[in-house]
Amino acid sequence: MTQAAPNKRDDGTLDRRDVAAILLRDPGDLLVVTGLGAATYDVGVLGDREQNFYLWGAMGGAAMIGLGLALAQPKRRVLAITGDGEMLMGMGSLASIAAARAPNLAIAVLDNARFGETGSQHSHTGLTTDLEAVAAACGWAATATARDMAAVEALRLRLRTEPLFAVIRINADEKPRFIPPRDGAYVTERFRRALGIVEN
Amino acid sequence: MRQPTWQARVFDALKAAHVSIVGYVPDAGHAHLIQAAHADPDMTAVVLTTEEEGIALTAGAWLGGQRAVLLMQSSGVGNCINMLSLPVTCRMPFLTLVTMRGEWGEFNPWQVPMGTATPHVLAQTGVHVRRADHAEDVAEMVAASAALAFDSHIPVAVLFSQRLIGAKVFVK
Repeated sequence: MTQAAPNKRDDGTLDRRDVAAILLRDPGDLLVVTGLGAATYDVGVLGDREQNFYLWGAMGGAAMIGLGLALAQPKRRVLAITGDGEMLMGMGSLASIAAARAPNLAIAVLDNARFGETGSQHSHTGLTTDLEAVAAACGWAATATARDMAAVEALRLRLRTEPLFAVIRINADEKPRFIPPRDGAYVTERFRRALGIVEN
Repeated sequence: MRQPTWQARVFDALKAAHVSIVGYVPDAGHAHLIQAAHADPDMTAVVLTTEEEGIALTAGAWLGGQRAVLLMQSSGVGNCINMLSLPVTCRMPFLTLVTMRGEWGEFNPWQVPMGTATPHVLAQTGVHVRRADHAEDVAEMVAASAALAFDSHIPVAVLFSQRLIGAKVFVK
């Protein structure tokens, strides 16, 4: 049975894989953290990188992992890419990150207004919640919402140069699942080695 | 000359362990550490809205080659349970200092359930638990726990007993 249409907020139209491909085109040495579920697959399918840290759990933690990483690596750029459900679970972290003022961290939310992994139930962003407005109210100076590919293209550079919180309204289409590494210890060690961190 | 307080020695132990990022949800029992972390130019203190944010923060710090600690109260341990899968699954260090409530002269009954559950919940999720009851032991226990966490990649919680920190006084 389908859920009644929320009729509260417009559905996005953009293809999530097209969006991810633009955001991560020529990634260079960008450090990327992905929220569990489709964001992890969207980033993984573009090609596994040592500088990607994929979450398969710890829902709500992607943004704060991004903050810890940004504070620890102030000379590097950090981009957390996650979904609306994952961001909603860690919504308080938008306040903590704004207060911490890390200039080298940006967040991109691929917002399909659904919990896509669990049967595509409507999330709050399809009902009443505007995550961009939440971030702005938490004190993020730079926020954006993209609804077309030209806007996504413009976000690509901003997400690598500004402490920006961006919502990208994507459609609810399900994509073929792509499975990047899910051994957290392996991904962690690989990530640290790529940064040249050696145990002493 | 006055001996430094145990709180000052705990801060020194964290410094000696090269901890540079301090995430916290405030507690009166951690007030000295929080103030000292904010005052130290080599440390970054991060105020959190809820304790599980601190677990993700410490994980990100580790990915970036820095050492972090989470300061919280026993009531906050309950907020952390699923997020503890992060350091456990990723074989990352995790160090938290937990001030205990609900166990010694507690006035507020709402503190008792989580205070009672705290060591069990932590142990059940894979965190090694140490408990400091005496002021003379605390700094050494924090130093040893930091070594265990960061050198052996183990999640470790040090519980500061309510008797040690003193029961909160509601009616003066």
